[in-house]
Amino acid sequence: MSFDVQKIREDFPILKRKVNGHSLVYLDNAATSQKPQAVIDCMVDYYSNYNANIHRGVHTLSQEATDAYEVARKKIQNHFGITHPEEVIFTSGTTHAINLVANGFSSFLKKGDEVLVSAMEHHSNIVPWQMLCERTGATLKVIPMNETGELVMEDFEKLLSESTKLVFVNHVSNALGTINPIEEIIIKAHKVGAAVLIDGAQSCAHIKPNLNALDVDFYVTSAHKMCGPTGVGMLYGKKEWLEKLPPYQGGGEMIKEVTFEKTTYAGLPHKFEAGTPNIAGGIAFGAAIDYLNEIGFKEITAYEDGLLSYATLELLKIEGLKIYGTSKNKTSVISFNLDGIHPYDVGTIVDKLGIAVRTGHHCAQPIMDYYKIPGTVRASFSFYNTKEEVDKLVEAVKRAKMMLS
Amino acid sequence: MTITTIQEELIDEFSLFDDWMDKYEHLIELGKSLPLIDASLKTEERLIKGCQSKVWLHAEMTDGKVVFTADSDAIITKGIIAVLVRVFSNQLPETIINADTSFIDEIGLKEHLSPTRANGLVSMIKQMKLYAVAFQAQQKK
Repeated sequence: MSFDVQKIREDFPILKRKVNGHSLVYLDNAATSQKPQAVIDCMVDYYSNYNANIHRGVHTLSQEATDAYEVARKKIQNHFGITHPEEVIFTSGTTHAINLVANGFSSFLKKGDEVLVSAMEHHSNIVPWQMLCERTGATLKVIPMNETGELVMEDFEKLLSESTKLVFVNHVSNALGTINPIEEIIIKAHKVGAAVLIDGAQSCAHIKPNLNALDVDFYVTSAHKMCGPTGVGMLYGKKEWLEKLPPYQGGGEMIKEVTFEKTTYAGLPHKFEAGTPNIAGGIAFGAAIDYLNEIGFKEITAYEDGLLSYATLELLKIEGLKIYGTSKNKTSVISFNLDGIHPYDVGTIVDKLGIAVRTGHHCAQPIMDYYKIPGTVRASFSFYNTKEEVDKLVEAVKRAKMMLS
Repeated sequence: MTITTIQEELIDEFSLFDDWMDKYEHLIELGKSLPLIDASLKTEERLIKGCQSKVWLHAEMTDGKVVFTADSDAIITKGIIAVLVRVFSNQLPETIINADTSFIDEIGLKEHLSPTRANGLVSMIKQMKLYAVAFQAQQKK
């Protein structure tokens, strides 16, 4: 199908909004994506027509809701190239999924063990592992990055040893947009017997991975980054890992049998899905996956790459503008600063012009420390953004520069 | 000048600008004209933790009045600080404690003082009032 951005924009009702008297230019897609009508309708349809609790009722509504929820799980399974549907665990999002794994690893790690994290992680992929290390006595080591915002792979190899038990890296950096060489990381980590967790929160809207082919042990992501609702995400784990990991939260749904003496746990995936889940969210996650696949990931990537090149060229024409994260391998994210101007000031002025960008440390303070800056302005583009919007951003940044210098 | 007079003066001053850009340009100018805080006072203890821009605040008592000096690494934030310093500095502790901040709304800068905006300015006002409370307690001793 040919890529028609104007037609696609019609699918997103929010894009018709005015902000501060200007047509909204939404360039904060790395924080959360906007939702197409199909996803919004899916949630409304659930609450209007078949809202019921799942997996336990015998009545018709409960059955319909359960079926829809399980269909969504299958859609996720197919989309991410997962072998078994029970390897898909619904979570409240990426952070929840990471905590689930980190908590489970408490029983596997001991003093002397090492876990490796990349220097460009989101705080949510740092803090749970620090907590894990505090609990177990394991050591957290950092895979360094270089000036272009790429991981130093030689150093990664040097860090690997038989003590390495776990490696966790994001597929794409939220602050820089760098696409990390996860294939190579997985192969090399496996050679020393370490398990690998890939954080797909920033990649899932741009790259469709085949998790089976990647042979990754864990992969986590959030629906809201890929046109789905907030409050729902997923954990993929290889079946043998998920069977080994202890349950994270106790409650309904996750049990087989409960007496006051002993409880036996349900099988996968229910062992990790205690309590009533975000049913509408889960079903709409499936709708979001359908929506994106209808457009096609090849088409999305090609279009976004075009926007990224155009925006990079145009922004760099502004004197004193520096881009952080200049890897050749990156998604449509541009983190930048104007010489001598605080990112907060730039963000404030461009917001006045109806443009939504993110400013600050993007929950990735180690990256900001590396570059010795307080933060950046981050424009992150999606397939529904246009060249005209890039032009508006460039004009707004020029205006901000004029006012602020 | 009384705190109310200063507030009214600021409201009049800002009402001259219809356009948000002019208003911000004025704010930026105010930020640039904020007297520099002594570099030795820009310490960790005087730092008000906002999420994005740094704000330093120092207070001392002169002739029974609280004198504030402050700085920020972001110029718009600094402009708002300049407004706050103009209002609250050189006032009696009691006046500062009882002062209301609705003039901020009237100037048209309300958005910057929303508690959900991560710029530390709400904490700044709170800190100014806390200093006033502390100085008042000292006086009573």
